[in-house]
Amino acid sequence: MAGFFKKLFTKFSRSSRIDWEELEAELVAADIGIRRAMGIADQLKESKGLDAENLVESTREVLRRAFPSTAPSLPAPPEGKPLVILVVGVNGTGKTTSAAKLAHLLQKQGSRVLLAAADTFRAAAVEQLQSWADKLNIPICKGAPSQDPASVCYEAHTQAIREGFQYLICDTAGRLHTRHNLMEELSKIRRTLAKQDASAPHSTLLVVDATTGANALAQAREFHKATPLDSVIITKMDGSGKGGVAVAIMDEMHISPSFLGTGEGAEDFEPFNRDRYVDSLL
Amino acid sequence: MFSLLADKLDNTFRRLRGLGKISEKNIADALRDIRLALLEADVEFGVAREFIGRVKERAMGQEVLKSIKPGEQIVKIFRDEIAALLGGDAVGLDLTDPARIMVVGLNGAGKTTTSAKLALRLKNEGRRPLLVACDLVRPAAVDQLATLAEQIGVPVYKPAPGSRDVVAVAREALEWARTQNGTVMIFDTAGRQEVDEALIDELRQLHAFLSPRETLLVADAATGQQAVNVAQTFDRAVNVTGIVLTKLDGDARGGAALSMRSVTGKPIKFSGEGEKLDQFGPFVPGRMADRILGMGDIVGLVEHA
Ligand SMILES: Nc1nc2c(ncn2[C@@H]2O[C@H](COP(=O)(O)OP(=O)(O)OP(=O)(O)O)[C@@H](O)[C@H]2O)c(=O)[nH]1
Ligand SMILES: Nc1nc2c(ncn2[C@@H]2O[C@H](COP(=O)(O)OP(=O)(O)OP(=O)(O)O)[C@@H](O)[C@H]2O)c(=O)[nH]1
Ligand SMILES: [Mg+2]
Ligand SMILES: [Mg+2]
Repeated sequence: MAGFFKKLFTKFSRSSRIDWEELEAELVAADIGIRRAMGIADQLKESKGLDAENLVESTREVLRRAFPSTAPSLPAPPEGKPLVILVVGVNGTGKTTSAAKLAHLLQKQGSRVLLAAADTFRAAAVEQLQSWADKLNIPICKGAPSQDPASVCYEAHTQAIREGFQYLICDTAGRLHTRHNLMEELSKIRRTLAKQDASAPHSTLLVVDATTGANALAQAREFHKATPLDSVIITKMDGSGKGGVAVAIMDEMHISPSFLGTGEGAEDFEPFNRDRYVDSLL
Repeated sequence: MFSLLADKLDNTFRRLRGLGKISEKNIADALRDIRLALLEADVEFGVAREFIGRVKERAMGQEVLKSIKPGEQIVKIFRDEIAALLGGDAVGLDLTDPARIMVVGLNGAGKTTTSAKLALRLKNEGRRPLLVACDLVRPAAVDQLATLAEQIGVPVYKPAPGSRDVVAVAREALEWARTQNGTVMIFDTAGRQEVDEALIDELRQLHAFLSPRETLLVADAATGQQAVNVAQTFDRAVNVTGIVLTKLDGDARGGAALSMRSVTGKPIKFSGEGEKLDQFGPFVPGRMADRILGMGDIVGLVEHA
């Protein structure tokens, strides 16, 4: 960000010394975490030829290298079967919205997509996805209130296979990763999906809110145990949250973001691009 | 109780005592550990620095350094200061007539759930709450509030489908309320990002129209560094009277509470501790202080030490 650059630059054009604490402060401000921030500073202290002019760029380079050069993309649907995508995460991160946005994106690319409203728990969660489906003209398979979410996913899967959909996107209820029985429910959904296609779900996406601090890593760890994650969607990137937690998740778990949510509209959704992401971190 | 952080500091000081002297640098090391603990709990960088600066003198007093467990003493001092700051001049809700409560916050923070929880709580206290759905943005937001209202048997005002003007909706709701025999109205608003000036301005207009007694900022306990930005922006726009911290049933350390309290001076009034509507209660500063310092948290500090 320009402010950061200017601050460091004015600082360093006056003195030749780099204010490492200032660098750490900026990295921490992006929710990269203090340990990682100190690590980056230590790493940069070692490098030669570092000055005010290239400090920001060097920092970005370190961060860029943490991510794969190309974001994970969704695999192609298996021959004659729908590609099943499971959308999971803690409460309120943007799962339902992201499920709708992703369905919209795939549909725009010419694919046939079915949504499954498997959050039968939260008040009006089904209506919420239904309303997106209506607006975007996407077929939807709905669960009844309090219906077992695994059985909703199973029924949706049956429909997707029968009717030749290429993608099935299952929206699930928000759950805190500390709730053992709810995490177990996710494992059950996963097993149930595998009944009609041993390789399903083909992609499990964890939705993380960009405003989240250090807890995002704990979320990723626990969800990964319950249902192995393929990638992460970082939402609310249009806010002041930088989503620096993606760095921690990448570092520790080697799970990269695949999409970013950038607003409340259907089009506010983009594939993760590490260069753009890192440039917005600082 | 003060397990990890305290143990770590005790070790630091024990080593020092062996050497027979405690230097500036050793003290700096201890404070560094505290600072790390706060930052890892998501306390904002500037807030952590300022807070430590303020508490430093006390924590480094002679009695502390001479005590058998100086680390434990220091942690206790920080813990008590955090609790004091978080508790501060906490007061209940101002419900003098016309009692109106506006609920605001970022997308997905827990506003709608909190509105219903608060209504239930007030109802159980013998008041007659009314809920008003002022979220015209999120798909099915009105349905969500209406479903929760029905669960707790509280009347709810539902704007006509397609309504776009929140102030007009609020005006209609005030009309409706005359027919309802309620004693306190709770207005649930749409989530928004604090950098979205148009939406913040909409909130400002609603606030100006309602002149609510209470404007509660709902914030997720897992919020990171921009808790400061969020709290300041909402506070400037709609003069927040209290903060509600949600999703405390998770394992987020909740440093955002300290950040928001520090920069706005506004009390944290309630905490949300689950998705169910009765999982809600007054905020407990002491418990929050323990949580921020990671007490009893085995994976916390030592893992990285
Ligand atoms: N500004 C912004 N808001 C978003 C974004 N993604 C989702 N939201 C909003 O965040 C709030 C929560 O979104 P949902 O999709 O309902 O989240 P969820 O994870 O399904 O929530 P639960 O099912 O209750 O756990 C809504 O107000 C959405 O409009 C985004 O990228 N930017
Ligand atoms: N575990 C837990 N979940 C909560 C708590 N409070 C709210 N939630 C959940 O968080 C999610 C979002 O809650 P909402 O009340 O819809 O949040 P909101 O702020 O109204 O969201 P928008 O109107 O979209 O901005 C839902 O899944 C709630 O059930 C809490 O204290 N603990
Ligand atoms: Mg949802
Ligand atoms: Mg809401």
